[in-house]
Amino acid sequence: MRHTKRAVTAALLTSAALALTGCAAGGASSGGGGGDAAASCEPAGEDVTLTFTSWIPGIEDAVAIWNEENPDIQVEVQTGPSGNAGTYQNFFNQLEAGNAPDLGQIEYDALPNFRVQDGLVNLGACEDVLAAEDQFLDWTWGQVTLGTEDEVYGIPQDQGPMALFYRSDLFEQAGIEVPTTWEEYREAAVTIREQGGYITNFSQTDINQFAGFVWQAGGQWFANDGDAWTVELTSDESMTVAEYWQDLIENDLVSTYPAWTDEWNNAYNSGEVWTWNSAVWGANSILSGAPDTAGNWSVALAPQWNEGDAVAGNWGGSSIAVFNGTDHLYEAAKFALWLNTSEEALTSLNETAQIYPATEAGLDLPVLKEGVEFYGGQPIYDVFAEAAAQVSPDFVWGPTMTQTYADVSDGFKAAASGSSTLMEALEKGQESTIKALEAQSIPVAE
Amino acid sequence: MSTAIGPDATSAMPAVNPRGVDRHGDMPSVGRGPRESILSRTGAMLVMAVFTLYFLVPIWWLLVASTKSRGDLFSTNPLWFADFRLFENIGALLAHRDGVYLKWILNSLLYAGLGAVVATILAAMCGYALAKYRFPGRETIFNIVLGGVLVPATALALPLFLLFSRVQLTDTFWAVFLPSVVSPFGVYLSRVFAEASVPDELLEASRLDGAGEIRTFFTVSIRLMFPALITVFLFQFVTIWNNFFLPLIMLRSEELFPVTYGLYAWNSTVNQFPELRTYVLVGSLLSIIPLIITFLLLQRYWRTGLGTGALK
Repeated sequence: MRHTKRAVTAALLTSAALALTGCAAGGASSGGGGGDAAASCEPAGEDVTLTFTSWIPGIEDAVAIWNEENPDIQVEVQTGPSGNAGTYQNFFNQLEAGNAPDLGQIEYDALPNFRVQDGLVNLGACEDVLAAEDQFLDWTWGQVTLGTEDEVYGIPQDQGPMALFYRSDLFEQAGIEVPTTWEEYREAAVTIREQGGYITNFSQTDINQFAGFVWQAGGQWFANDGDAWTVELTSDESMTVAEYWQDLIENDLVSTYPAWTDEWNNAYNSGEVWTWNSAVWGANSILSGAPDTAGNWSVALAPQWNEGDAVAGNWGGSSIAVFNGTDHLYEAAKFALWLNTSEEALTSLNETAQIYPATEAGLDLPVLKEGVEFYGGQPIYDVFAEAAAQVSPDFVWGPTMTQTYADVSDGFKAAASGSSTLMEALEKGQESTIKALEAQSIPVAE
Repeated sequence: MSTAIGPDATSAMPAVNPRGVDRHGDMPSVGRGPRESILSRTGAMLVMAVFTLYFLVPIWWLLVASTKSRGDLFSTNPLWFADFRLFENIGALLAHRDGVYLKWILNSLLYAGLGAVVATILAAMCGYALAKYRFPGRETIFNIVLGGVLVPATALALPLFLLFSRVQLTDTFWAVFLPSVVSPFGVYLSRVFAEASVPDELLEASRLDGAGEIRTFFTVSIRLMFPALITVFLFQFVTIWNNFFLPLIMLRSEELFPVTYGLYAWNSTVNQFPELRTYVLVGSLLSIIPLIITFLLLQRYWRTGLGTGALK
């Protein structure tokens, strides 16, 4: 049946295509190619038009600045839903069809997936790219080299160093010190629960937040030695983190509202929940989700596992990658570097979309030095800059994160409802991830 | 569908009543008949009320939420108004990104309106030909088209994308429009309607008067089939309007998005860009207005059309 419908459509299509060739010309710039082995990084020597897909609203403002300054390298912005909501699948479809854009937005945790599917060009062929390494924070660069020496699969755009958002007014009223270790955090949780509140909400769905906790604890979920992948969802650090939160859940010391819902927003807005361990971009989420609490929030560095340590986790962040099939690697790399390192681009991105840069210099942007009214005038980005410098450069994402997130999230939901535990969720996630890798013929180390 | 079921159910109600009265007259056991009828009537009303509520509460919520500021959205009663800011919200939505939302609405109207018109004409011609002409392979063609009804549009989106990529038509108006003008279900309905409403004698007469087949179709047959074609049009209009997966796969340029896909794209980033939440809510509310208008205008025809089909 399907064939016939396709045949009908194909027939319609060809007749239409004949009539409409004029309209088709303006479309995709990258040709059907797609098989250029070891792309070389040479200027085209002619005027070039690049296509760039991103879901960041307002990114076209930054691109407009570039287009103004570079008449010979024009960039067309394409858009869509956020990565996991459809754009990644579109990228894979386009790679399959040979009409992928030249550049695309890819979050760090999705890069290995595209790398394994052979969708990305190694930017290490471009000298400018290798030379730019020093401008980026070590760990953000580590996210795009994917554990290799001189291969680069994207230019880091933004990052999500984690810190502790807390209700300074409530802590003060209750006479509780802001916790600096996870042990103190649990003690504070008990005190707050006695007063009727919750210290925080444990999210069943934000598995990348949990990954950020594991990251901070020095743990790993994946490793890749070049030949095979190791899956370590049940590593010691990972299990320690799981046991810590399991204890809080079991003793009803944290709430378990599904994150990003009305109840969740309301829990923060009404003052029921007092803190949120979140990334720099979370500043905006609280501002919009809990508007009645304006002026009452502050930001502190994340609680530590060992007193005196200074390590932070990361939650989120993305890169600009170049897709296989591009005819203009040199120009694409040049644009990606400009977009993510130049002060004018970073300023524009921060103004339009609160993008928090991945470069050292970007963290010193004047807009990131100002006090923020919602946080009682605290210059909160100073805290995040400090946290950004404390993130470990070793954390590696796996090639099937969508599946891993989904499976672990299922387990976390069960744990939140009391029918299972976080540790079991990780064990199941470990098994299903190994199965998923094997199903895709990705070698797994024993 | 609920609008179609509603009137039918109410018109069935009075039919129950006379029978109840008759039985009451026949039998001495007083009260039995009427009680049953009241019981079944209240029962039916109750079920209907529950379903009406079930369908209307989300729309009510949407309406209420659209009138609130971002702050009030979470802190006030979700089913009742707070500070009334609907018009400010609409203004902000229409101003956001240079009024891209209006463009999406226009795109949707174009894809769904024009697409449904073309689809209806094609389906009418095809169904009419299958009903009124005898030629070898007629039943085979009809059965194949009927098979097309069973293939969900979602399953065809990816093959279509690969096909359109070949001819470099992805990310164009045609990528969404062309697949929308094919409606196997419309062909099926048209055939049934043509058989029922276009008498062969009439065709004979017009042939005798010297009208060509094409002229006969457009001047005589299509008028007889008109109520039925409204049904096909409505079906296809709603199908295209709600077809979200095809644009998701095909389109990359914001100015080509239909409103469903545009709102979805915004909604996918509300966690990061919370100001979009109000726009998504108000945008959803406004986007159902064209559908409601279309239904109110064409509903009368639609019911007749459905009835014609059901008789066959």
